[in-house]
Amino acid sequence: MIETISGISALYIFMLAAFAGYEVIAKVPVILHTPLMSGSNFVHGIVLVGAMIALGHAESTSEQVVGFFAVLLASMNAVGGYVVTERMLEMFKSSKEKKNG
Amino acid sequence: MANLIEVVYFVAAALFILGLKRMSSPRSARDGIVWAGIGMVAATVVTFFVPNLSNFGLMIAAILIGSGIAFVSGKRVAMTDMPQMIALYNGMGGGAAAAIAAVELIKLATHEGVTHGQVAINLAVLGAVIGTISFSGSLIAFAKLQGWLRKAVRFPYQQAFNLLVFAGTIGSGVYLAFVGADVSMIFLFFILALAFGVLMTIPIGGADMPVVISLYNALTGLAVAFEGFVLNNAAMIIAGTVVGAAGTLLTQLMAKAMNRPISNVLFGSFGTGGGGDESAVEGSMKPIEASDAAVMMAFAEKVVIIPGYGMAVAQAQHKIWEMSKQLIENGVDVKFAIHPVAGRMPGHMNVLLAEAGVPYDRIFDLDEINEEFNTTDVALVIGANDVVNPVARTNPDSPIYGMPILNADYAKNVIVIKRGQGAGFSGIENALFYGDNTRMLYGDGQEMASQLIQGIKEL
Repeated sequence: MIETISGISALYIFMLAAFAGYEVIAKVPVILHTPLMSGSNFVHGIVLVGAMIALGHAESTSEQVVGFFAVLLASMNAVGGYVVTERMLEMFKSSKEKKNG
Repeated sequence: MANLIEVVYFVAAALFILGLKRMSSPRSARDGIVWAGIGMVAATVVTFFVPNLSNFGLMIAAILIGSGIAFVSGKRVAMTDMPQMIALYNGMGGGAAAAIAAVELIKLATHEGVTHGQVAINLAVLGAVIGTISFSGSLIAFAKLQGWLRKAVRFPYQQAFNLLVFAGTIGSGVYLAFVGADVSMIFLFFILALAFGVLMTIPIGGADMPVVISLYNALTGLAVAFEGFVLNNAAMIIAGTVVGAAGTLLTQLMAKAMNRPISNVLFGSFGTGGGGDESAVEGSMKPIEASDAAVMMAFAEKVVIIPGYGMAVAQAQHKIWEMSKQLIENGVDVKFAIHPVAGRMPGHMNVLLAEAGVPYDRIFDLDEINEEFNTTDVALVIGANDVVNPVARTNPDSPIYGMPILNADYAKNVIVIKRGQGAGFSGIENALFYGDNTRMLYGDGQEMASQLIQGIKEL
């Protein structure tokens, strides 16, 4: 494995990321709540990477089966999350953009 | 290679945060999701090159099948059904996080000499609990919003029973983490956690579902972060935590907008308390013809349209925008007023209006528009009910008392498009409908909008 993340540095990452997440959302207008929820839903689709690693290290059949489902579910999360978010955000246009085409 | 993989994960994590940041403004929102998408593709591709991986066939098959199903369903789903689709995809993510934990636990149970640190095992179990609850809970949320599961299921001693199941989940989790993993205990643990997710969600009514979906979204993020620690993957820790924090805040914002404390959503039930004296509403409902309503609006200076979910159900948003364009051509100032909970979740109505072609600079929040009702000639209410009910301001006995509402009753004239005379979604009588300045236009939303268009054209 690549360099291990020690407990305390994981804790730092955890804390800083939590503040980042809070700050990013803090000023969001209500009109974007649904797309943003969908967008953040897409972002945790990164679980796909973990699922691939888990399946990649699976040895016994039961591990392979569960790992397969992990990758299957994770890719649905990532792809589905992206498609619906993009569809919603594509529609947000101001009157100016509308006139320009 | 190992370094390159780490660098790509690092860049992906940065892109996720930047992408979410851009998504918080309508102008840059579209780029935001694309940036995050690039990060996701890059992270996925380099993961194939992580050393010592096998099972590539299975991996690619799973990705192709999962992506295919999600792509097709995501492209097809109607905008009105978006909330339950988000719930569904979110549940998948939670399930994936739980499955990762399951693989690690099975390894611990069946291979001699495989060891994780105690912290990693604890987090794996914790992530498994959260991910599994989010999985089964989200599926129930999906079923409810899809209309497959209509009633809020309640039975005697429900809370005590739920607590028992939860205690069982935690107990078996603690056993796995501290005593040792064995296969039958892993089974028991996941079954209890699945059951708890179901039990926790079934008593919650459909109207509160958005808050619940948002909560599960945050939980999935947290589960992903924990499994990221187990797998030693910083990108997962960062992305998961960011979503966990953002999702928690979003859940609070939504709950606040709906005037429903999160604890009430999860443990209380709507409409049981404060039966109120609803007969206190006085006056009568006064009908109006579409042609008269059209005249009223065409000669107004300012018209504010208040759409509700009923408009979306009637698929009337395109017609309403067509009508608005005619009014704008006639020199009328047309604005759309959106209550935070119009639609199925906060912001959902904006999506539906955007789909119909309404530019976002004509759409206003409750705070932005509420002072303008005093100078509004006509407030057109279509498919909205509780969010314009003045008893929320005036009657402390009403179950919706205290909920922020759109002050449509302050407008000079109010036109309400409504199917029939019955009470709304929550069964509460609406004092607005009985107001002296209110006229009722009875009929299907789409049909009435067409008639209004016709009426304006004929002037």
